[in-house]
Amino acid sequence: MATHALNPAAVPAYRGGLYEWLTTTDHKKIGIMYVINSFLFFLIGGIFALLVRTELAAPGIQLFTNEHVYNEAFSIHATVMIFLFIIPMLAGLGNFAVPLMIGAPDMAFPRINALSFWMLPLGGILLLLGFLTPGGAAAAGWTSYPPLSEKGALASPGPGQDLWIVALILIGTSSILGGINFLVTIFKMRAPGMTLFRMPIMVWTMLVTSVLVVMATPVITSALVMLFIDRNYGGSFFNPATGGTAVLYQNVFWFYSHPAVYVMVLPAMGIISEVLPVFSRKPLFGYKAFIFATAGIGALGFSVWAHHMFTTGAVFLPFFSLMTFLIAVPTGVKMFNWVFTLFRGQLTFSTPLIFAIGFLTMFLIGGINGAFSASVPIDFALQDTYWVVAHLHYVLFGGSVFGVFAGLYYWFPKMTGRMLDEGLGKIHFVLMFVGFNLTFFPMHMLGIQGMPRRIADYASDAGWNDWNLLATIGGFTIAASILPFLWNVFVTLRNGKIAGDDPWEGNTLEWATSSPPPPYNFDRLPEIRSERPLFDARHGHLGHGGHGRRGDADAVPALAEGQHDSQGPTA
Amino acid sequence: MTAESPALPASAGAHAEPHGAIGHVQRGISNPILGMILFITSEVMFFSGLFAAYFSTRAANQPWPPAAFKDTLNPLSLIMVATIILITSSFTCQFAVWSIRKGDRKGFIRNISITFVLGIVFLILQVYDYTLLFADGLTLGSGPFGTTYFTLTGFHGAHVFGGVLMLGVILYRGMAGQFSGKHHDAVEAVSLYWHFVDVVWILLFSILYLT
Repeated sequence: MATHALNPAAVPAYRGGLYEWLTTTDHKKIGIMYVINSFLFFLIGGIFALLVRTELAAPGIQLFTNEHVYNEAFSIHATVMIFLFIIPMLAGLGNFAVPLMIGAPDMAFPRINALSFWMLPLGGILLLLGFLTPGGAAAAGWTSYPPLSEKGALASPGPGQDLWIVALILIGTSSILGGINFLVTIFKMRAPGMTLFRMPIMVWTMLVTSVLVVMATPVITSALVMLFIDRNYGGSFFNPATGGTAVLYQNVFWFYSHPAVYVMVLPAMGIISEVLPVFSRKPLFGYKAFIFATAGIGALGFSVWAHHMFTTGAVFLPFFSLMTFLIAVPTGVKMFNWVFTLFRGQLTFSTPLIFAIGFLTMFLIGGINGAFSASVPIDFALQDTYWVVAHLHYVLFGGSVFGVFAGLYYWFPKMTGRMLDEGLGKIHFVLMFVGFNLTFFPMHMLGIQGMPRRIADYASDAGWNDWNLLATIGGFTIAASILPFLWNVFVTLRNGKIAGDDPWEGNTLEWATSSPPPPYNFDRLPEIRSERPLFDARHGHLGHGGHGRRGDADAVPALAEGQHDSQGPTA
Repeated sequence: MTAESPALPASAGAHAEPHGAIGHVQRGISNPILGMILFITSEVMFFSGLFAAYFSTRAANQPWPPAAFKDTLNPLSLIMVATIILITSSFTCQFAVWSIRKGDRKGFIRNISITFVLGIVFLILQVYDYTLLFADGLTLGSGPFGTTYFTLTGFHGAHVFGGVLMLGVILYRGMAGQFSGKHHDAVEAVSLYWHFVDVVWILLFSILYLT
């Protein structure tokens, strides 16, 4: 059992803890910093959500001094959750996992990787600094449609909106650089044998996500600079009074922000596609179908943006409605993949699997209530009601956030070398699952009853009181569910069970190295002959496709001995 | 567990050049050039957003150009000189690439210097042209015509400025002898970027001045 001795021995130069973290270009450390930074913004965004829910618990204006402050609260809640939590959180998990999963020593451009990360806290701070400016933070919603976001007494006169624009441009640039980095890493840094169709699904979803990021994010940057020019240099892009077109912003904005929806969910789909096979002791059902479905979602994602604009009367309804319905097809294929991966599997209900099943069920509801809005006549009734709020939270919270937690519980042992406590994990899941449905299911009823989104107050005789109170109780339940998670992380880091290299009997390469991995990731790699190289190594003579059962795993994992006759092409 | 495991020491790639990474057979396009192509793709999408805004605004505002600025943008003026200069610089940039591919460092430095200077001259001409337009009353704030004109050409100019900085870096590195016939990824990448900037200008010139 010897690894190749390096001469001279490669000893990482020791640098003090904090200095090392601040200056690191190691994709694992950067990935973990992404995760921590995103989680902090998750807490900040969550506090804004609680403020919003508290205000809405009963009719009348109780918490905020006026409606404008309420507008700031929901605008910053959404902006933080989307741009500073979900997107970078998934990018961070990808940052940690992708090079490990393809057997690479690091990302293709490690220093650009660090740059991508450091733009995020900077952007976040700029965004929140808006609260210190006269007029407060951005209050035109996360979409910031003109004329609401233009300068003007009744619109957004203060510099808070400008800070919002600058913050988003920074965060977008970070995404673009990250996307380029992922693409080059995936195309150029794969280990020998790791052909494209042997890559883990997580890597495939990051690939498609990165294509969307590189193609779509610059378009919102253009929308943002135009808005900035309108606001600060007397431009007339979006102001009809001076010859601009307001709906232009919506087109350019959604040309990014619809594909961004897939940026927010595809990596989470990738995470649960790693978790489900491992905890059901089966390969993913329909590996290639899943990949083509992912690519299909990515491609269709560019042709549906105007379904956010049905009621503007300025878009071609039949085309965008049809394309929107079509998106359900590849998504349905994926549902099929996941359900049949679980079907007759040997399920181990560990926390990652429970969160993955949470994703599966909640994302299904989010898909169904979204299909309602794809139908033009129904959308005209539901536009800008709480139905839309319910839909987007079922997809982004029920989908992405549950996926994020599945990934955090799954990779925490690899990141830190210690196992999170299962009991606390399950308490976390139950509280979050119950709280989530308490919060967002009633919003369906509110939407059907016609409650508009983005209002601070409502009539006490509208029949919305009970549902709103229920949603607020649910919101605080979600907040409570974070406490066992934080406690779990705290006690595990202090005194957790040692994980070992491969606590879950994983399939993919990250489990072939130590936990946490060395800075250069791998001393050696197993031979890669399928999309489950570790399964092959563990059950060498059975080869790929053998039926893995728990008992077989007693054998010591044999990492590719004497089988070097058939090194696959790098493709 | 045999000592002479064929498993691959991927770690060797950690600090080595991509070309030399053991276990990572480098074929085809190099990492920096692929990265630059993807970056240019994102830049194309950025300008697509601006162009979309231009056409949308133009369609909503007839006549175009508005009567007040009917003859303000004249293609047969200083801007034609600037256009010819920028197109020429794309050629000299490519000559520089061909020189360094053959290992001709002197030719490389000569051609990249010319490109660098032409880029700066273009920027100076553009700034001078802006002052002439300002004198005619065309500004960012003078309605959709001025807004789109200065936004599109302004962002293009910013990209030319970025390209000139990149040219400066590879000129400096070339004079320090850092490039050879085999190792000149940075030159290839910068030349791609410079051609991109040139193509955007040809589109801009055609759309803003000729149609």
